[in-house]
Amino acid sequence: MIRLEKRPQPSKAWTTFSPLLAVLLTMVVGGLLFGMLGASPFEAIRTIFWDPLFHPNFAAYSRPQLLVKAGPLILIAIGLSIGFKAGIWNIGAEGQYIMGAICGAGAGLAFYPSESPLIFPLMIFAGLAGGWAWAMIPAVLKTRLGTNEILVSLMLVYVAETILASAASGFLRNPEGMGFPGSRNFKEWGAAHNGELIANTGMHWGVVAALIAVIAAYVFLSRHIQGFNVRLTGEAPRAARFAGVNPTRVVLFCLGLSGALAGAAGMFEATGPAGQISIDFNAGYGFTAIIVAFLGRLNPVGILLAGLLMALTYIGGELAQLMLSLPGAAIQLFQGMLLFFLLATDVFTNYRIRLSRKEAA
Amino acid sequence: MSDTLLSIRGLTKAYPGVVANDDVSFDIQKGEIHALLGENGAGKSTLVKMIYGLVAPDKGDMSFDGATHAPSKPSEARQAGVAMVFQHFSLFDALNVAENVALGMENPPAPRDLAKRIREVSELYGLPLDPARMVGTLSAGERQRVEIIRCLLQDPRLLIMDEPTSVLTPQEVEILFETLRKLKAEGTSILYISHKLEEIRALCDHATILRHGKNVGTCIPADSTAREMAEMMVGSSFATPAAHDRDLGDVLLDVTGLSLPQQGDFGTPLRDISFQLRAGEVLGFGGVAGNGQDELLMALSGEYLTEAGSVALKGADVSRHGPSARRNAGLLSAPEERLGHAAAPDMSLTENGVLTAADRQNLTSNGLINWGKAQDFAETVIKAFDVRTPGPHVAARALSGGNLQKYVVGREILQDPEVLVINQPTWGVDAAAAASIRQALLDLAAKGAAIVVISQDLDELMEISDRFGALNEGRLSAPRPVTELDMEQIGLMMGGAHGMEVAHVEH
Repeated sequence: MIRLEKRPQPSKAWTTFSPLLAVLLTMVVGGLLFGMLGASPFEAIRTIFWDPLFHPNFAAYSRPQLLVKAGPLILIAIGLSIGFKAGIWNIGAEGQYIMGAICGAGAGLAFYPSESPLIFPLMIFAGLAGGWAWAMIPAVLKTRLGTNEILVSLMLVYVAETILASAASGFLRNPEGMGFPGSRNFKEWGAAHNGELIANTGMHWGVVAALIAVIAAYVFLSRHIQGFNVRLTGEAPRAARFAGVNPTRVVLFCLGLSGALAGAAGMFEATGPAGQISIDFNAGYGFTAIIVAFLGRLNPVGILLAGLLMALTYIGGELAQLMLSLPGAAIQLFQGMLLFFLLATDVFTNYRIRLSRKEAA
Repeated sequence: MSDTLLSIRGLTKAYPGVVANDDVSFDIQKGEIHALLGENGAGKSTLVKMIYGLVAPDKGDMSFDGATHAPSKPSEARQAGVAMVFQHFSLFDALNVAENVALGMENPPAPRDLAKRIREVSELYGLPLDPARMVGTLSAGERQRVEIIRCLLQDPRLLIMDEPTSVLTPQEVEILFETLRKLKAEGTSILYISHKLEEIRALCDHATILRHGKNVGTCIPADSTAREMAEMMVGSSFATPAAHDRDLGDVLLDVTGLSLPQQGDFGTPLRDISFQLRAGEVLGFGGVAGNGQDELLMALSGEYLTEAGSVALKGADVSRHGPSARRNAGLLSAPEERLGHAAAPDMSLTENGVLTAADRQNLTSNGLINWGKAQDFAETVIKAFDVRTPGPHVAARALSGGNLQKYVVGREILQDPEVLVINQPTWGVDAAAAASIRQALLDLAAKGAAIVVISQDLDELMEISDRFGALNEGRLSAPRPVTELDMEQIGLMMGGAHGMEVAHVEH
């Protein structure tokens, strides 16, 4: 009989290796899945994980895409991970991302066509504020009325999507766009454009912000007393109260921070790679970032690596759709499998398997 | 047929890094009360878990009434006739007594029959209990009766009791002992685990003493002194706390009319509690569990805020200040529940040191934690309070209850509190460690600190307190000097009759 036995303390080895094992299992089972769909499993895996970086024809295009896609994922996931550590589940980063983009873009467009160097910093600030404000709704409802932040933040995603549609076809629509929905193109407006900082690397201000966030989160969680309090709140809420942590403040802080970072990510995306506010400019980064946060073990460095890996599966997945005519749903399944296997292998961090023989009574 | 019920031969169980039981052998006779004695971590729990089928031994064997006894799960042990009453009850507050009993049985009878049998058994053994009462409304002693009756309904031949008296009033202890003696007279054997040596002397026929996982001797408790047994257990002699003769200073803590509404469904409201505590004084609060102990500690620590003017520290009102502010002002506390309240289970001892000592020990600068300094502090506590652990990096939940208790108490004492509020300071700690914790509290008082000790161990309170008060349904009796009191009076003061009220089972 197989039994799970609780470990006296969490295994360090499993904490580190369970994501690697999860990636491996995903490759094996994903390969089987692709095989059943008629593609060669090895070719499919190579197309997803190897070709985007090293294929002689595609790499030049897809390599910069790695940072473009990983940037927002990492930035959002860092914010979410701090809340997750405290046991505060912001599932609505997608909505905060949209609201950050709308506020950031809107704040800039209000001054069109000014070329002031203050425009872009103002837009960053507005993006942060927009995401923060949107996350404050579940935060205040939770602390005042005891609502569940998972439900409220998730529902607000759909509200945000509706506001986005209204913004793109209404108050932010390009007056010179001949009636088509979508805002002015930021790529044509230097002061507000979040362009590549180094040509052909995909590096833009959002990626820089993500890297800063990784370092700041690392220091915050491992060294700062407030970071300690956040972790304590998640591990043992009663001990946190005993230590003197104010639970209301932790909720406001964690939701506010994750909302602000998601909002900034949205603003960087709208003014950079996306180029404009359009009806469907959000690409699900806010949801995927949840996977990234867990895949990275809620650890800032882990999230950095997980963000890059997730970005790779995005790019590789598109490539596989193109080259091997695999259905898009199969790629999404493949990404979902990653979280599934991660959660499954995660059990071994706190538990170990015991094989017990059936003994004669 | 011999008179031996359970025979244990060469039982060995090793966990990574520690041998919990090393070649333990002894016999339990039919119809005897056999004591199992030992320090924390001596391997008592592991041993009874093997008998009860929760843990499989690495080596050695057991025989139960002549037949091989190797249960692979508790239900097999129960079938053989072994029953166990755990130290921590596994009862559902929101279900009634009969429902709780049924949940723990293999084949529960129909509810009506069960209620009848519960009444029969409870009357037969003098354990008054109403099957229809909600468990949430029961005292700790009554909850224990539920567990005992659940065991007795299965007609056990060996009853294992893990620290049964730690939650009982003296009167309840007497009732329990009567029951156990009655069971013994009927031929049931009892394996009785306790730290309280006087109890073992009063109750048990034989005692087996474990030290570091080894059987270091068997004795007849009635013929040995408590001191002799304790020394066998510890392997060296320990000091009884020194008598106290202290000069009292100024009033440090002044509590006036402190009230707190009921928190949660099964909490106890605090009603108009008033007392004054002077520098150098130890004030002991007794009472049956669930009469406001936790609430009082949390109201004093700052986890619950009370009306302005109800708690004054060194003359300044702190009623509206949270735990951090009170700590910085010199009021420290140690709650009863070690895992989850006093300490975070999955965090290391170093991190758990930061939990309360961050400000007072200057473990942070500009908000950044100095982990080196934090580790030094944790190591100091581990050393000063003899916490048995591989090091400060170990997670709190990996420590045995007694060792974690020593760490939690030490963490507060070493921060030089001016006022210390402590709930159950020696709960689950072995005799030697309990003595050293009490001594540390007395030393702290001698240095001029004021201490509130909340405890259910009356011997402990009598030993270290200057004045004694009792909590009963959230009210505090006026504290009186212990020299004016005897055990009987105290029992009545703390509502010792409380446990007896339900003695008249309806019908």
